[in-house]
Order: sequence, then C-alpha cells, then structure tokens
Amino acid sequence: MKSDSSRPADSAGKSPILKSGPLTALRTGADIAVQALIDQGVDTMFGYPGGVVLPFFDKLYDAPIRFIIPRHEQGGAHMADGYARASGKVGVIVATSGPGACNLVTGLGTAMMDSIPIVAITGQVRTDLIGNDAFQEADTTGITRPVTKYNCIVKDVKDLARVIKEAFFIASTGRPGPVVVDLPVDVQVAKTSYDPKVEMRLPGYRLKTKGHSRQISMAAEAINKSEKPVLYVGGGVVIANAGEELRALAKKAHLPVTMTLLGLGSYDQNEPESLDMLGMHGTAYANYAVHECDLLIAVGARFDDRVTGKLKTFAANAKVIHIDIDPASIAKNVRADIPVVGDAKYILTELVNQVEYRERKEWFAKIAQWKKKYPMGYDRKSTNIKPQYVIEQVCELTGGDAIITTGVGQHQMWTSQFYKFKRPRQFITSGGLGTMGFGLPSAIGAQIAMPDATVVDIDGDHSFNMTLTELRTAVQYELPIKVCIMNNGYMGMVRQWQELFYNKRYSKSYLANPDYSKVAEALGAVGITVEKKADVPKAIKKMLTEKMPCVVDFHVEPEENVWPMVPSGKSLHEMDGLDLLESMA
Amino acid sequence: MKHIISALVENKPGVLAHVSGMFAARAFNIDSLVVGRTEDPQLSRMTIVVVGDDRVLEQVRKQLAKIIPVVKVQDFAGQAVVARDLMLITFAAPAEKRPEILALIETFKGNVVDIGQKTIMVEISGPEEKIEAFIEMCRPYGIKNVARTGTIAMPRQEKTAGGQQETTNED
Repeated sequence: MKSDSSRPADSAGKSPILKSGPLTALRTGADIAVQALIDQGVDTMFGYPGGVVLPFFDKLYDAPIRFIIPRHEQGGAHMADGYARASGKVGVIVATSGPGACNLVTGLGTAMMDSIPIVAITGQVRTDLIGNDAFQEADTTGITRPVTKYNCIVKDVKDLARVIKEAFFIASTGRPGPVVVDLPVDVQVAKTSYDPKVEMRLPGYRLKTKGHSRQISMAAEAINKSEKPVLYVGGGVVIANAGEELRALAKKAHLPVTMTLLGLGSYDQNEPESLDMLGMHGTAYANYAVHECDLLIAVGARFDDRVTGKLKTFAANAKVIHIDIDPASIAKNVRADIPVVGDAKYILTELVNQVEYRERKEWFAKIAQWKKKYPMGYDRKSTNIKPQYVIEQVCELTGGDAIITTGVGQHQMWTSQFYKFKRPRQFITSGGLGTMGFGLPSAIGAQIAMPDATVVDIDGDHSFNMTLTELRTAVQYELPIKVCIMNNGYMGMVRQWQELFYNKRYSKSYLANPDYSKVAEALGAVGITVEKKADVPKAIKKMLTEKMPCVVDFHVEPEENVWPMVPSGKSLHEMDGLDLLESMA
Repeated sequence: MKHIISALVENKPGVLAHVSGMFAARAFNIDSLVVGRTEDPQLSRMTIVVVGDDRVLEQVRKQLAKIIPVVKVQDFAGQAVVARDLMLITFAAPAEKRPEILALIETFKGNVVDIGQKTIMVEISGPEEKIEAFIEMCRPYGIKNVARTGTIAMPRQEKTAGGQQETTNED
C-alpha cells in the first residue's frame, strides 16, 4: 500500500464511535457531522479538502472511514455515484466551498437524472460572510437546486444532526436522488450536544410504497387478458432491488421483457424472454414488439425520448400499465391507462400472485421471427478491429459477470448491445444526463464497493480524455480496474450524426489523442496497445490478470456506426440499418 | 385554461426559489405567484395562477408536490372559490375631472389613498376582471403607475360538483 492510500490497517475492527460520553456533552459541528455519517452506516467516503472544510477533514483524520481522494471533485462525485449504483448504498462526497461545490454539479446532475442516492457535504464560507462575495464563496444551494432532490444550508449547529439524518433519508427513499448539505465553516466549529435519535421534520415528504390494490388487480387482469404484452423495464427495477420479482413475473405470466439502458441487468439477457434494449439504438425485435404490442407494462421507466421516439406512434395500439414510485413520472410523456404508484418490488410481488400463465404462441412466434431476421450483428469478417467484437470478447472472457461502466457515446451503445448482462447493478452508465467522462471514476467507485468483482470501464477515447486524471486515483488505491478504450479518434457519436445528418462534414469532432498505454504507465498503471484483431483476446486475457489498473487501447475501426438507429423524431419501427442486420443474420 | 393553484409550503429559505425555479426549468407559465405567511409560523401559502391544458396542470401539481418543502397542493379548478387581487394605481386627475373620477372610484368601491396636485392614488381589490376593468377605465386619464399583488384565493364553504383536486406526494 502506498503512503496515504486506504484506511490504516489498525483502525479496522475498532468500534465506529469517535467519542463516548453523555448526550449532553458539547461537540463541534464537524465532530457531529462525522459522527452522524458514521451513525448512518457510512464507512466509505469520497472527497477533496479545501479551506472551509478543514474542521470537518480534521475530524476525518482518525475516523473509522475509508476515504478516497479523487483528482477532481467531479471525479469524486462520479465515484460516489458508481459506489452507490454498484452497492445500493448511499454514496458520500465531500467538497469545499466555491469551486469545490461547483465542480460537483455535473456529478450531481448525473445522479439526479438517473435517480442515484448521493449525499454531498459542501463547505461554505462563514455565515457572516455569506452574500459578500467572499473568497471561494458560491451560492451552492442556489447552483445545485435544479440538480438535486433536496438541498439546504445549515446555519445553526443545532440543526446539523437532524439535517444529515434527513439528507440520507431523502436521498435513499422514494425515487432516490442526490442531496446537498451546505455547511458553513463557523457551524463546523460551533458546539452543541449530539442526539443520534433526533427526529426528522419533513412534513412535505410522504412516501407511498404500496401500490393501490385495485390498480394492481386491474393491471393483473390486463396482463391475463393480453395476447401481445411487453414488459418495458427501467432503472427503477434495479434501484428497487426487484430483479427476482421481475423474473418471477415474466416467467409466471410468460411475458417478453425489454429494458431501457438503465434497466439492463434487471433481467438476464441470456433468458429466452429477453428482447434486450429498446429505443433509439435498441434491437429491432424489441422495437417491433413494443410497436405492435397490445399491452405495455412499464416498470420503473419514464418514457424518455431516446426510448419512445415519436411519442404519437409509440405503442399506439397498446394499453399502458405504468408502475413507478414517482407520481410525476406517470402520464408525463405517455398516457397511462392503469397507473400504479409505489415500490416496484412490492407491486411486482403482488402482480406475481395475481397473474396466470398464458402461452401466447403467436406472439412469441412473431418475436422469434424478428429475432431470427434481425439479430444484433456487425461485419464479423472484417480484418479491422470492430468495437463490437472487442465488447463481445470482453463479455465472453469475463463470463458475462463483470461490472461494466461506460462513458457516453457510440461505445456506450455498443456495450449495451453486445455485452449480455445477467444481474441488476452490473451495468453502470450515465443514461439521463449522458455524461462523458463517467466511465473511469464510476468504475473506481464500483471497485471500492465491490472489491472482489471484475470491474471494466468500456470507454470511448474522448470520454476517457475527460476524466483520465482519475487513473492515478485508481493506482494510488491499488484498484484492479480495467479500462478498454474503443479508440477511433473521433467523438464517435457526434461523427456518426454528422455523417448521417450533416453531409459528412466532421466539424470539430476529431481530436489528436495521446499514446494511452504510455499515459497509463506514466500514471503507474499497466498500458497495452492493440492494433491487430488477432491480438484482441490475448490483450483482454492479460488485462484480466492484472492486479493494478490496466488500460487497453484498442485501435478500432474509425468510422464504424451504431445500428440499428431510430432517427430522432421517428417512430420506433422506422429503424435505419436493418438491411445491414438482415445481411448479417 | 387558467388554474389557481394553492400550495402550502414550509416557511424556509429557498422554497420560493425552488418553486419558481421548477416552473422555469419545466417551462410552465406563471401568471402570478403570491407568497404569504399563514396562521402557522412554520407554513406559508403560495397562490400560483398557471395557464395550461389538463396535461400541463397535472404535471404542475405533481412536480410541485414533489418538491420536498411543499406540504400540500390544491388546484381550485372546477371549484367555487373567492379569488382576490389588490391593486394600487396612480393616474392623472386634473381638477376639472375629479368629480367624474371620484364617481368612477365609488362605482368600483375603490379607496383614494393619496392625492396630489396632478395625480391620485387608488387602492382597489376584487376579482381580476374587476381590476382589469378599472385599469381600462383609468387609461384615458393617463396611468402613471400600477402595482398589483396577484391573485390569492380560498374555496367557498359549499363544494361544487367539480370538487377540488388535491395533490400530495401520495397521489
């Protein structure tokens, strides 16, 4: 272990109490904040110090918390996010005021769009300086309000313990999301007594987990009657840990299952019911099935424009059941005939009890035809390195069991198409906000949460460029993460759109890249360059045996496109690239 | 259609910014927004007049209810309500026209709250249409200044057939 790497060995096994004493003993705000975090079960945190969080960091010096220091606060926020997605726990990130808090914004927005529980603690200037444009002052609550589920500034140390408790509760319940607690430096040094049993005061926060029983019965009845149903599953099922219940429903009622990008992993893609992903770059068989179904059962999905295409024709002949914990998600984009508000785990369990098996021979035969006619594919005979080939190889050589993270763009779509996910929390990707640079730091967070798992960041060259400084973080903490760069020199998805919609005018979508294996080595990681197709499996195998972070730079076909594709604003069945898939069948 | 939304919110800093920010971010149009304390010092009431179709209003209600310091949301559409707006208006009032101006104010049950050599300030309250009508009547004299509170509203005792639509996080 390097000097300041993880938690010192001697602190393991210690009682997670900083100080003992009567409840009335006066403790500083910083002390209370750290104790309140420990009392919330926090044993791992991410963060970067700075002027006005020094009292808080001083308390961390001997706290029984594993602390990961990123190279940039954005990286830290994505690490907390990856940690939360992989483990299901709340990710915690700490940053200083001003630039520290501002650098969190992309990470918070990413977590907000994908409903990921994060608590961010930010330092703030002294309360008497707030509003005076003090050094490193920013209106953190103002700046982060639209990218958080909730935020607040604590101006009285007496409120601190309660606010931290509320922050964790809000972040992790209902539709989860990020919460910011802004903590002025004088509040960190002010003293009060700490009451771990302090009561929350949230009169406006009511949770409904149990779905309405009559709505559930109606949904079950609709499922039992349906000839051509499709289960359309989103990230909500992953968040609700409802994978088993989903499987039970699909098996018992005999339902085909398609997943959104964030829903991938909620249903084993090796199972016959899986239609894989739907939407803009979904499979032809998923999109056709959704287009033709008579019943669409949406679970924890929000009818995003990348999923629906043209709203008017989306599942136009289907009755829609919409199960979601967020009432505002229901009927936002698509009417719901049977809305059910509540927790997916609870509602799916109820549904399983009420549905009956139905063969639906014709429907499944039709789906089988689509699968046969338009399987996912690419030019397998090409002598160039096709990115799809690399991803298939990664899938095969990891037994389909790795935790996969991605950046955003073509490589992300190919990963969603060619890695076959088996279980929830296996695929970590920025779906809603589409944050380039998410792959590497989220892989670090996932590896921290799951030390024994194989964690692979399948990245794009320009996504990787955005946060590659965090490779040093992975080296420092000796995390055996793997990075597979689909290096095509372009911002691939931008280039693809320019090819298709801007007459091949590749305006500003090319950047000169460094030699990534040398960059990796300079940062203390292992670097491998792959320029020949024949070397791909060997390189992946070597990568998988490395104990240190390993970066494999695959020089892939530069102008490969993602197919099929529903052009923006088109209906789901109007996919381009089908002839290509057909020719590969 | 115009809807009057009444939201009971926690009396905390940042709540108004949160609510108005949500309206801006989701491109909902606010006609007016009034905030005031209630009998409970912990709670404030926001009365928001919003224009939109049923689909938009459903989202407005749900998105409002989703904001954590928002405790309760009511939409008064289809319900008998008392809705009032208060206006202060200053307009030119030359000596020779004062008798007819005072008669006009009397007709509208307004109060003269300030009077100068050339102008007069009137306080007038009532439903929005009445306020609008009074502004039109004053226009020919030459309006100098208008300040309006925006609508506040409360349902009448007897509920009409339409009933009220209430939205909390539980809906």
